[in-house]
Amino acid sequence: MADALLFATLNGLVTGLLLFMLASGVTLIFSMMGVLNFAHASFYMLGAYFAFSLSQLLGFWPALLLAPLLTGVLGALVERYGLRQVHRHGPVAELVFTFGLAFVIEELVQLFWGRATQDFRVPALLDFPLFTLFGQDFPAWRAFMLLLSLGIFAGLYAGLTRTRYGLILRAAITHPQTVANLGHNVPRIFMLAFGVGTGLAGLAGVIAGPVLGTWPGMAASLGSLVFVIVVIGGLGSLTGAFVAALLIGLLQSWAIASSVGMADVLALLGLSFPPEHPLRDLWRLTLPQVAPLLPYLLLVLMLLLRPAGLAGTRED
Amino acid sequence: MGSRGAWVAMAVLLGGLPLVFDSVLSLGILNQMLIAVLFALSYNTLLGQGGLLSFGHAVYFGLGGYVAAHAMRLSELGSLSLPLVLLPLAGAAGGLLAALLLGSVSTRRGGTAFTMISLGLGELLAASALILVAFFGGEAGISADRTAGPPLLGVSFARETQVYYHAAVWVFLGALCLAAFRQTPAGRLAMAVRDNPLRAQCLGCNAARVRLLCLLVAGTCAGLAGALFAIHNEIITAQALGTANAGQVLLMCFLGGTGYFLGPVIGAVLLTLCTALLSGWTTLSTLYLGLLFVGCVMFLPGGLSHLLVQLHARWRRGMLAALALPLARCALPSAALLLSGVLLLELAAREGEALHVMGLALQAETVWSWLGLTALASVATLLLRRELPALQAAWQGSDAQGNRQVGP
Repeated sequence: MADALLFATLNGLVTGLLLFMLASGVTLIFSMMGVLNFAHASFYMLGAYFAFSLSQLLGFWPALLLAPLLTGVLGALVERYGLRQVHRHGPVAELVFTFGLAFVIEELVQLFWGRATQDFRVPALLDFPLFTLFGQDFPAWRAFMLLLSLGIFAGLYAGLTRTRYGLILRAAITHPQTVANLGHNVPRIFMLAFGVGTGLAGLAGVIAGPVLGTWPGMAASLGSLVFVIVVIGGLGSLTGAFVAALLIGLLQSWAIASSVGMADVLALLGLSFPPEHPLRDLWRLTLPQVAPLLPYLLLVLMLLLRPAGLAGTRED
Repeated sequence: MGSRGAWVAMAVLLGGLPLVFDSVLSLGILNQMLIAVLFALSYNTLLGQGGLLSFGHAVYFGLGGYVAAHAMRLSELGSLSLPLVLLPLAGAAGGLLAALLLGSVSTRRGGTAFTMISLGLGELLAASALILVAFFGGEAGISADRTAGPPLLGVSFARETQVYYHAAVWVFLGALCLAAFRQTPAGRLAMAVRDNPLRAQCLGCNAARVRLLCLLVAGTCAGLAGALFAIHNEIITAQALGTANAGQVLLMCFLGGTGYFLGPVIGAVLLTLCTALLSGWTTLSTLYLGLLFVGCVMFLPGGLSHLLVQLHARWRRGMLAALALPLARCALPSAALLLSGVLLLELAAREGEALHVMGLALQAETVWSWLGLTALASVATLLLRRELPALQAAWQGSDAQGNRQVGP
């Protein structure tokens, strides 16, 4: 039991931090422009695909650097020539634009790379079990993911609170007019921040691609989860997003590793139902089965009990 | 207003269409169109009228469809004797019930919160559909035979024409209800809440309740559309509940325009037609639809209906002539750009086999076809960039007497 719990916790941390890398970009972009970027997970997917193609040309490590850069540049271009254009038409149009963009990116990925899962592998350098505990291996790659995403979190936090650029960005979020009057090019700041956000998503894609699979559905599989995190954490709050991402990562991972089901609960209560009952599926539910539903249940609960989210202050 | 005349014309059109397009294939497409029209209209009751952007509207459509499919199945097993013509009512009831349950949670707040919670609920339902096999039928869905119920006046719904007329009557009634809802005080209040929720509340209106009412109306009609979908296909799967379907209806509404009642109708008809026609000769139809969607949001935020209304206003002021020349000068480069763009994408999608266009065989392997198409696209872009300002100026100039609004 202890070993399963330990590994579930470690895997949950990896997933949670990965989700945070995406959620941080969404949160940042939301604070800047008041728009939830639906296409954010698509940039994550693009990062993985770029890294896959680049690693075949140049090897993995240059790809780890270049793919997020490429994704970030693409993101900045989307902001400059797409989102800024749509901004005039109001927030609904912006949201819908990013929704359509996600759709287009998924189709383009299928066009260029095909529908099949790509053979994107962990680089040989890190393809070994880091430690073996209770007869189970913990891959070094997961440890690398853990370290890298922790490093990104620390870097992002320090960058936003300690550097001049971070200060300007934070000022531009809350007081765009004043910052513009002080001589800063606010639209360009936003474009760069959008690029950094999508670049981070691309980086998440590069490190997730080899383990979670590089396939056209990878954006959709994480995309809505990222929104759940951003909303649960509180729209616009980076710390909230961090906590929520870890929470969801751990929750899902624990649920998958557990073996508790409704049958056990019913047995504990001394109840039983006939096997042909119309609601039979409900009595047979197991926790691993409902693991994918948990984030959405949490979202609904959250919006009912504390609509502003864990750390959010923004009321609609 | 002449709106009564428009409804009569619509009824005549609906009645006459199968006389012209009488093949099984075209009747099937017409049927899909009808269902899409009702679904889009119900969605626009939320989006256009209530200002509520939902990513989970397919839930009501799907649940209505499931209820109807189960009712059909019960008729098949002989334990229920419900004539098929009444089945859509069961679907509508299913949609209403679902809207009541989910809406009481989701409509407490509007704006982004509503959008997010609708997305969450949609994902939740779509994911549970694969777990709760007894009701949703798992991957295979629920299939049923629509001819099994008791025949009404000798009509057994074995023929496609009968299914079409059945759907047409229900869609017409549904659309009539939705149009009537716009005129009711509650429907007007929904618009007030959309435009200024704070002010509406200060005037003593309960915004959350108005939003819920809007969702109930929209959910009922979506359930009706879902039931018609289940009857038409005789099967319903979890796909009908999913976000892809919800995205589709959003696309229809945006393409047609959310500002007018007829906007979603235009969008639904066009999109169904495009999907049916495109899938015949290209594998990239979803990509084109996505690009069309993004382009529409970027350059035509009011949708086609808004464009048509603006054109009509200019025509009445006799200003269309001023637009003709700049439009004509833009036409050739736009057509060239469109053609080269489509050919580039098609070329990228093809491996090995040549693409035959106008007597030319374009090979994906040779550099020349890529270079040629890219050159054509670049020249067309350059020309378009030169001609477009004139068109924009003419468009805005012809608007000088009317309202100043964003042109295409």
